[in-house]
Amino acid sequence: MSQQAAASGPAGASSTTAVDDVPAVRLEGITKRFPGVVANRDVTLTVRKGTVHAVVGENGAGKSTLMKILYGMQRPDEGVIEVDGRPVSFHRPSDAIKAGIGMVHQHFKLADNLTVLENVVLGDEPAQFGVLSRRVARQRIREISDRYGLDVDPDPLVEDLGVGERQRVEILKVLYRGARTLILDEPTAVLVPQEVAELFGALEELTREGLTVIFISHKLDEVLQVADEITVMRRGTTVTSVLPAEVTSRQLAELMVGSQLPSPATGESTVTDRVVLEVAGLAVRDREGRAVVDDVSFVIHAGEVLGVAGVEGNGQAELIDAIMGIRPAAGTVRLDGVDVTGRTTRRRREAGIGFVPEDRIRQGLLLDSPLWENRVLGHQTVAPNERRGLIDRRSARADTERIVREYDVRTPSIDVTASALSGGNQQKLIVGREMSGDPRLLLAAHPTRGVDVGAQAAIWDHLRRARADGLAVLLISADLDELIGLSDSLKVILRGRFVSDADPATVTPEELGSAMTGAAPSTDGPSTDGPSSAGAGPGPAEAQSAGAATSAEGER
Amino acid sequence: MAGLTARLDPWRIGLALAAPLAALVFSVALMSVVLLIAGHSPALAFGQMADFGTQPGSVVQILDKSAGYYLSALAVAIGFRMNLFNIGVDGQYRMAAMCAAVVGAAVTLPPVLHVGLIILVAVVVGALWAGIAGVLKVTRGVSEVISTIMLNFVGGSIVAWMLTPEVFAVLQGNNVTTRPIPASGQVPGIPFLGGTVYGFIVIAALVGVGYWFLLGYTRFGFDLRATGLSEPAAVASGVAVRRMVLSSMLLSGGVAGLVGLPQLLGASYAYSLDFPAGIGFTGIAIALLGRNHPIGVALASVLWGFLDVSNQILDLNDIPKEIVTIMQGTIVLAVVIAYEVVRRVAVAQERRRVAARLGDDGPAGSGGPGPVESAAVA
Amino acid sequence: MAQLGSLTEVSGTGTAGPAAGPAATPARRRVGWRTVPLVVFVTAVLLSVTRVITGANDLTSSGSAGAALRLAVPILLAGLAGLWAERAGVVNIGLEGMMVLGTWSGAYVALDHGPWAGVLAGILGGALGGLLHAVATVTFGVDHIVSGVALNLLGPGVARFLSALVFTGRQGGGVTQSPQVRQPPTFTVPGLSSGLLSLEKHHWFGVSDVAGILGGLVTGTSWVTLMALLLVPFSFVVLWWTPFGLRLRSCGENPYAAESLGVNVYLYKYLAVICSGGFAGLAGAFLSLVASNYYREDQTGGRGFIGLAAMIFGNWRPGGLAAGAGLFGYADALQLRQGETSVHALLLGFGLALVLFAGSLFARRQRAVGGVAAVLALGVLALYQFTDTIPQQFTTATPYVTTLLVLTLASQRLRMPAADGHVYRKGTAR
Repeated sequence: MSQQAAASGPAGASSTTAVDDVPAVRLEGITKRFPGVVANRDVTLTVRKGTVHAVVGENGAGKSTLMKILYGMQRPDEGVIEVDGRPVSFHRPSDAIKAGIGMVHQHFKLADNLTVLENVVLGDEPAQFGVLSRRVARQRIREISDRYGLDVDPDPLVEDLGVGERQRVEILKVLYRGARTLILDEPTAVLVPQEVAELFGALEELTREGLTVIFISHKLDEVLQVADEITVMRRGTTVTSVLPAEVTSRQLAELMVGSQLPSPATGESTVTDRVVLEVAGLAVRDREGRAVVDDVSFVIHAGEVLGVAGVEGNGQAELIDAIMGIRPAAGTVRLDGVDVTGRTTRRRREAGIGFVPEDRIRQGLLLDSPLWENRVLGHQTVAPNERRGLIDRRSARADTERIVREYDVRTPSIDVTASALSGGNQQKLIVGREMSGDPRLLLAAHPTRGVDVGAQAAIWDHLRRARADGLAVLLISADLDELIGLSDSLKVILRGRFVSDADPATVTPEELGSAMTGAAPSTDGPSTDGPSSAGAGPGPAEAQSAGAATSAEGER
Repeated sequence: MAGLTARLDPWRIGLALAAPLAALVFSVALMSVVLLIAGHSPALAFGQMADFGTQPGSVVQILDKSAGYYLSALAVAIGFRMNLFNIGVDGQYRMAAMCAAVVGAAVTLPPVLHVGLIILVAVVVGALWAGIAGVLKVTRGVSEVISTIMLNFVGGSIVAWMLTPEVFAVLQGNNVTTRPIPASGQVPGIPFLGGTVYGFIVIAALVGVGYWFLLGYTRFGFDLRATGLSEPAAVASGVAVRRMVLSSMLLSGGVAGLVGLPQLLGASYAYSLDFPAGIGFTGIAIALLGRNHPIGVALASVLWGFLDVSNQILDLNDIPKEIVTIMQGTIVLAVVIAYEVVRRVAVAQERRRVAARLGDDGPAGSGGPGPVESAAVA
Repeated sequence: MAQLGSLTEVSGTGTAGPAAGPAATPARRRVGWRTVPLVVFVTAVLLSVTRVITGANDLTSSGSAGAALRLAVPILLAGLAGLWAERAGVVNIGLEGMMVLGTWSGAYVALDHGPWAGVLAGILGGALGGLLHAVATVTFGVDHIVSGVALNLLGPGVARFLSALVFTGRQGGGVTQSPQVRQPPTFTVPGLSSGLLSLEKHHWFGVSDVAGILGGLVTGTSWVTLMALLLVPFSFVVLWWTPFGLRLRSCGENPYAAESLGVNVYLYKYLAVICSGGFAGLAGAFLSLVASNYYREDQTGGRGFIGLAAMIFGNWRPGGLAAGAGLFGYADALQLRQGETSVHALLLGFGLALVLFAGSLFARRQRAVGGVAAVLALGVLALYQFTDTIPQQFTTATPYVTTLLVLTLASQRLRMPAADGHVYRKGTAR
């Protein structure tokens, strides 16, 4: 995309040797073990100068660990790192910075109440006679901003900036420190489509100036659009390197998951015509009064899984919170025909709503409490946990034993604290808990995020079984395969609105992906910068037509 | 952390006791060094204190003192369990004791009713005074740490104003005091070891039992603790956090209202200039030392009372008895540090134990580098 | 973390601390430099008007001003102490304990080595308390409030024990107080002082008021007072204009951001808390050496907490903090000068100020808060109308009530450091 060199580069080989130049970064045989886990195994990566090099892989494929190694946050157990042809050894991030490597973290590291200037120069301040020279700093920031087209103003407070601007500040921070190679960790996770386009424009500018970008992502359409070269990681190791022109996103997806494509397929439809959840005109406003969920209406039937696809931050979390009664919202929510709009979270739970929250550490667990108390959590007011205002320890404990057994929670006892369990086992406990007491509706946000493959399969099994028994499920997930595989019907959320429907039986992840970015012609109007040039071609139209063909009950 | 509900696991109990014991040993050692430097014999000092502190008369005094300490620490502990810092117990109990003294002296009622009314007034006043901080927090997001500190001083001013001859007080020699509560409003003492201890000790113990039951066994207690451990999790579980903040603040204040009553109804029968102040802050120290556990707090109260009473003997040996106040301060600082260290050790140990017990079946065996990534995701 | 906070944070809790008030207006700007003269001017006019109406001349007399200054300095220093710690993200409610250490060590060293050595010792004594707080909160990750409470217990204990050890047996000394010590020298600005004082006697509207206040500030002032006042701009320059200050503040705003840029967060937190202790110690030494001439138990009288109140009043900024300290010191001073009448007169000024505040809120369409302010204003004015004096006990509550009012009425304009009070552990960023 940015350099013609890409065309002449060798294709498909796992170790790409540059013809005319030393690689900006070369990793050879990197292995990193954590107690009980091999996070990276024999990783090989060659990044040529002046290119955007994407590293793709599923959640848990070892991308983050690899980047932490490259940025000096972790030290490899084996292997060689070379920067500009010289072997290096990083003990801390500042070593990496000195070698010209900078990192733009997925979770921005900015102080809201400091100005852009202060955030940028922190730790490397220009000073005269011991006094911070804002003039010099401002000048340098403007220079960098102009040179790379970042459009960053040094003077406002960071809290007044939008997400896209903050990301550019992060990039500028790295450039300010003289980085020649930038690592961007899932940079588009929090961006809306226009911001993604702006980011890609900025990246092009960077590579034109000779800088190198390592782009970590699991979003294939974006990767195909922006990368000059793609390295695929799977299960802790690098599988292959390919050129975007030579692969389709389908092929890339197969490379990512390997031979064992996940099969969360639901089998036969169990959808009944009994409406369990009916949401009408739901709207949530943020603190500034902007609608983050905007006039959303839908129904879910008994035995139906409704999947909501969307780029994170488009209102999914708020939608769930509103249905749970955690966030104030306009509109009505009816459960089994009963209006529960005015009810508290607790009354809604008692009415039969189960909730697998997005962030299990914060919202789903009491980390310092034993497992059986975590089983009580969220079900304090119902049997078997409670009797006449008292916590019924004996039956709560007995029921916890049941969950541990039935959901295969690997733990020595129900008296260990939740923090001692692995992520997958924590999640199995939560799912088991929320499935207890025969809920009528389950709100599941990213139910298998960050869990290992075994736990993922188990959780899918449980969801399928409950659905067969008549459970209605609202499923939110960033894992498109999971969404497509589990859902009976799919809706795409963009900027707080449902913009299109899709039939999980026919839609592909790529099509869904482009619909999520607003590239699909939709009621909300597409953004001007769809990734249409990339391999995601026929998606939108199909998604649209497919949507019309299926599960018409929920439409407005 | 899960003190109240942990099963009897020797490992856990060992860990729970390790911190206060370590802190105690540390402060005794530090005091010994200080005494040696000052030219006194630590063995003599501590030996004398042990002897004097276990004499019957001293024991009675210790128990009397610890009744107020215990109530104060429970009031603080209710807040702590919910991650609320009620620094304002001091103001709350002084306001409550003052109002209770005034009301108690103004009415005549049959014995039990009279005492009941006084207790009621104290509880209500304490709860209301704490409730201000609760309301400010819930409606305006004002940190309860700051507001309760401020309310301490405001309460102090109001009490000082009420304790002027123009308002509720009378001059007695060079002491200013409210009118005495008649006999029907007094709580008789309980004969013990040849002396009498405050009858209010029984009520303090009952409050302790109530605290233990409320937090460990009721739904309300579960909600309260859940909110303290993780507010987002409590919200997702259906706890109405604002209401919880307000009710626990009221509850804490209500218990705080009782703090002055052992003294008021058992000995002084009036609120005067020399009515004990500062028990609210002592309560914070004791709640920390006793780890918010009803029995731990009881032991800590007695320890505090013992140190308070037994130091009087030191002066007779020309050892400054003020050494004890440093010792108390050191114990608190040492114990909070020790608890934090022990907590970290315990968490790490438990992880290791779980991993060891699960062996190869653990997360490690399932192929992917899941747990590591999940930690990063979290 | 920063940007996700707004999305994943569960709303409807509203209990996250002073900064988390309902943000009705997106504009949450700090008070700019241009508004400072305005505030000073309005205050001066209000005071003059109040004096003329009520005839309470002590409202703006040089005596009141001098007393206010003496009473404000320890509050000011305590506030600065709080500022230094909290700007680095460590809440310091142990100020009171550190001040006690300052009063004691100041007096002890001044006994044999003169007042200036005493001042230095006071600073060191407080800094030692700060070091303890830093060890507990930074190294061991103990909750900041808990550690502060422990220090408040420890400080007086240590002072009492050491007094028993070294002061008993010396003339005028004992467990609760030290012998008398020499005070640091004072200065009077020649010419200016007498000129202003003669102007004051005319009781002209405005002119005499200003002259009285200024006259009080330049007559018989201690060098330590001057030093304390200079520490305000000093703190501002160091914290806001130097790389050191930027790093220190970044630890209070987002330590993980600072960490990712190679800032040694532990080091800066240590330095900040030790400095904080030093300021508190100086505040203590001021009490035992300048405001009086001996150490006495309970000499601090809760001024550490008033300092915190002044810091919050000043929105965690040196200028605002100084204004808060001035206000609280002034309220204290009036009580000493014709206390009951003066303070009663001040009610009128306070009521008028509240009316202005309510008006400005209504102008900005904050009707709810404006309403509360208006009701309060009416209440205060009614109190002024229907009483003749204010009991002295209530005047002492001024700083605390003011702080509660500020927190209640203006909480959405307050902006504490974002990571204030959070326990930071290296390498635990997500």
